[in-house]
Amino acid sequence: MTSDPWTRKDLLGIAELSTKEIELVLDTAESFREVSERPIKKVPTLRGKTVVNLFFEPSTRTRSSFEIAEKRLSADGLNFSSSGSAISKGETLLDTALNLQAMAPHLIVVRHSHPGVPHMLAERLEAGVINAGDGAHEHPTQALLDAFTIRQHKGRIEGLKISIIGDIEKSRVVRSNIHLLSKMGAEVTLAGPRTMMPAAVEKMGVSVAYDLDEAISGADVIMMLRVQLERHSRMAFPSAKEYFNLFGLTRDRLKKAKRDVIIMHPGPMNRGVEIASDVADGRDSVILEQVFNGVAVRMAVLYLLSGASQGEA
Amino acid sequence: MKLLVRGGRVVDPSQDLDGPFEVLIEDGHIAQVAERVKGIRGAQVYDATDLVVSPGWIDMHVHLREPGQEYKETVRTGMLAAAAGGFTSIACMPNTKPVIDNRSVTEHVASEAKKDPHARVYPIGAVSKGQKGEELAEIGDMVSGGIVAITDDGLPVRNAELMRRALLYAQHFGIPVIQHAQDLDLSRDGVMHEGEWSTRLGLPGIPGSAEDVMVARDLILTEDTGGRYHVAHLSTGRALDMVRGAKARGLAVTCEVTPHHLLLTDKAVADTGFSTQTKMNPPLRTESDREALINGLADGSIDAIASDHAPHHSDEKNLEFSLAPFGIIGLETNMSLCLEKLVRPGLISLSRLVELFSTGPARILNLPGGTLLEGTPADLTLFSLKRSVTVRAAKFQSKASNTPFEGWRLRGRPMATILGGRIVGTPPTA
Amino acid sequence: MPGELKPKKTVLNPLQMRRIVRRMAGELVERNGGADDLILIGIRTRGVPLAERLGEELKVLEGREVPIGTLDITLYRDDLSTIAPQPVLKETTLPGPIDDQLLVLCDDVLYTGRTVRAALNELLDYGRPRAVQLAVLVDRGGRELPIEANFIGKTVTAELGELVEVRFESTDGEDRVMMMEVDDSDD
Repeated sequence: MTSDPWTRKDLLGIAELSTKEIELVLDTAESFREVSERPIKKVPTLRGKTVVNLFFEPSTRTRSSFEIAEKRLSADGLNFSSSGSAISKGETLLDTALNLQAMAPHLIVVRHSHPGVPHMLAERLEAGVINAGDGAHEHPTQALLDAFTIRQHKGRIEGLKISIIGDIEKSRVVRSNIHLLSKMGAEVTLAGPRTMMPAAVEKMGVSVAYDLDEAISGADVIMMLRVQLERHSRMAFPSAKEYFNLFGLTRDRLKKAKRDVIIMHPGPMNRGVEIASDVADGRDSVILEQVFNGVAVRMAVLYLLSGASQGEA
Repeated sequence: MKLLVRGGRVVDPSQDLDGPFEVLIEDGHIAQVAERVKGIRGAQVYDATDLVVSPGWIDMHVHLREPGQEYKETVRTGMLAAAAGGFTSIACMPNTKPVIDNRSVTEHVASEAKKDPHARVYPIGAVSKGQKGEELAEIGDMVSGGIVAITDDGLPVRNAELMRRALLYAQHFGIPVIQHAQDLDLSRDGVMHEGEWSTRLGLPGIPGSAEDVMVARDLILTEDTGGRYHVAHLSTGRALDMVRGAKARGLAVTCEVTPHHLLLTDKAVADTGFSTQTKMNPPLRTESDREALINGLADGSIDAIASDHAPHHSDEKNLEFSLAPFGIIGLETNMSLCLEKLVRPGLISLSRLVELFSTGPARILNLPGGTLLEGTPADLTLFSLKRSVTVRAAKFQSKASNTPFEGWRLRGRPMATILGGRIVGTPPTA
Repeated sequence: MPGELKPKKTVLNPLQMRRIVRRMAGELVERNGGADDLILIGIRTRGVPLAERLGEELKVLEGREVPIGTLDITLYRDDLSTIAPQPVLKETTLPGPIDDQLLVLCDDVLYTGRTVRAALNELLDYGRPRAVQLAVLVDRGGRELPIEANFIGKTVTAELGELVEVRFESTDGEDRVMMMEVDDSDD
């Protein structure tokens, strides 16, 4: 266990974190996982602290995970949601932020479809800002809970072969995962259709494959990403059926992976598009554990940031 | 009225001059340029010691926002900004509201500039009515009103047939067609260059190919029509290569680049933490594009540097990166930036820089300026290579302050401009 | 060096300390009529070696292994709002359910009583023990809450600026209780 304390006011992304900081979050999350296993799943640690959940984009999964985490820490969580851009309601992001500031929250958890929004808020607000997903840029708590889950099953991250498969370009989690897993010494391979692979992505220190079997072969961990095909204007892929044939993870194709491979998915899943049901529900799948671990990891993040932000009061 | 400018270093690329010359101005025109001019009795003397004296600088790509968006900038404030930046002439873009697509809007802009002139303002007219990309605008009529070129800048001329017609029709008037080269299908909803940094930041990208495919198409049309074609704000190495090749084949093709494309790259979006002052169109490109552009300055493939001065209100730029409008201002920073970052490190000579800001644009737009040839209108720019300036947008003459160069300390700055023989006034001190 | 702690005197040497722990174990057994359904809970950090040592003594006395748990009270501290950054968490592990059990909380030094208050709050979030008793190696007075120990190794009087430091062989290499004071010399 590390003993360097957490000093950042905000958690905006994984790119700027050191391995020690990442390990501190994961180690702290261990303690909170234990809290989640008690009969009374509550500690008084953030009692009296206000946490604002500012979700500009609907997200049942991430938001409820944060809400549970806040409740278990005895914090007062306030929910603000607005669908679509605040502009359409006549109020700019900055005005929303200043109004919030007037309520003096301790922490703000923000989710937005545009990259850079948490940074804008962090610069202008005294409260600590936690990025719960800014478009396709970063989703740090997701990467942390993924790493926590991997560590639980494999005991380590270093040296593992990890394949991330799907719509890499539009994924909101993949960049954070690449940063974290690479920093912790894993070998990361991205795989997906050429039309869904972002430009120059090898510069992030990953291998790229355009063939599912190549990506699966020898993998310790397989992370499947949600593929959204409804937006046909993207012209990225002709149909769900074609996608499933080329890149869908089935029991059969899984035979090429290591015997103790674990299957992950950030959710929500498109059964029968990127992943077959028998794989999603099978013995290699740790998808539900990811959700459980999400609460512990978010409790750890809230705990660590609440100390750093009050230091400036 | 006689004005003698003496004591400075005269740099006039149009006459291959660079040395301690004197310039005598009479009745608004250049009377003599010599080591020791004659007939100076009765002349007012301007002491240009320690200054460079050059033909008045011309910025051929400026957005003035009048008519219709005067809250961002007006003809007057733009003109004052030009003079403060050391420019005696600017050419302004037609994407106003309403668009400059007919004679009366052309004349409105031109006449606004003539009230208390601080710089010459040359309107550029639209290629198509309303810049809708469907029908040709009344180009002939606009030429009578004073336009010096046509463009749909802000937007590309998307329809190949329309571009072909424009290249043919403009030849009646001897004006170039200026293209904002951007394939709108390839650029989609992109907000920065598509590459390593758009991938890291998760922002939708504008690939270099969006510019290149359109330049490639237009060069073929230029060849077939024999027209005059100018690429606005060229930003990729590949487009520059194509322009170079076209010139070598004898086509009437020219191009301009902006100072920000010469100095910044797409990595700036990350380095500044998503600052909207790094958002412009075309976007900041890669380091290898940047280096290619600098080489193009030196080897003559690039004809002019122009700012693409794009003022926006601070409320508009104070938005999420994805939502903020494209563009930064440049009139009041570009001379200092180019002197500090291009001439001082020896990337190009001083004379070449002056050429890119005077002879080059004058030739492209067929303007009377850009030279100190005897008999021409006396537009001069006087600047210091030694005096430093710290960029402080709040002090700008421009209404806008959207610049990524805030706080930059630069050595070299404009000191005065002379317009038609009249000293316009010194720019504000840093 | 100024501001650092320097030793003032030894309060208990290794032999004295071992005898005291033995005596405390005996009192535990006497008070509770044996060690049959007892659970020792060490408060992190140095309550844990005390719990382990009492466990060893109870094994000798009664011939049985007493279950031992560890309790990290960080999340229940009442001073978290005043310290930043947050202290690093360590694990809490209880050997089994605590409902209806007899728990003996162990800590090295009893001072203000706030640590024990936090420990009690935390334990009660796990269940409802039959009874909770408190065993401390040193009681140095200076209570800020109405809390007292059931089993005390040694009572000392310490002043402000003095610190009672307990060392255990398993964690610090030797058994010793020292009185330390803040060095206020003007080096």
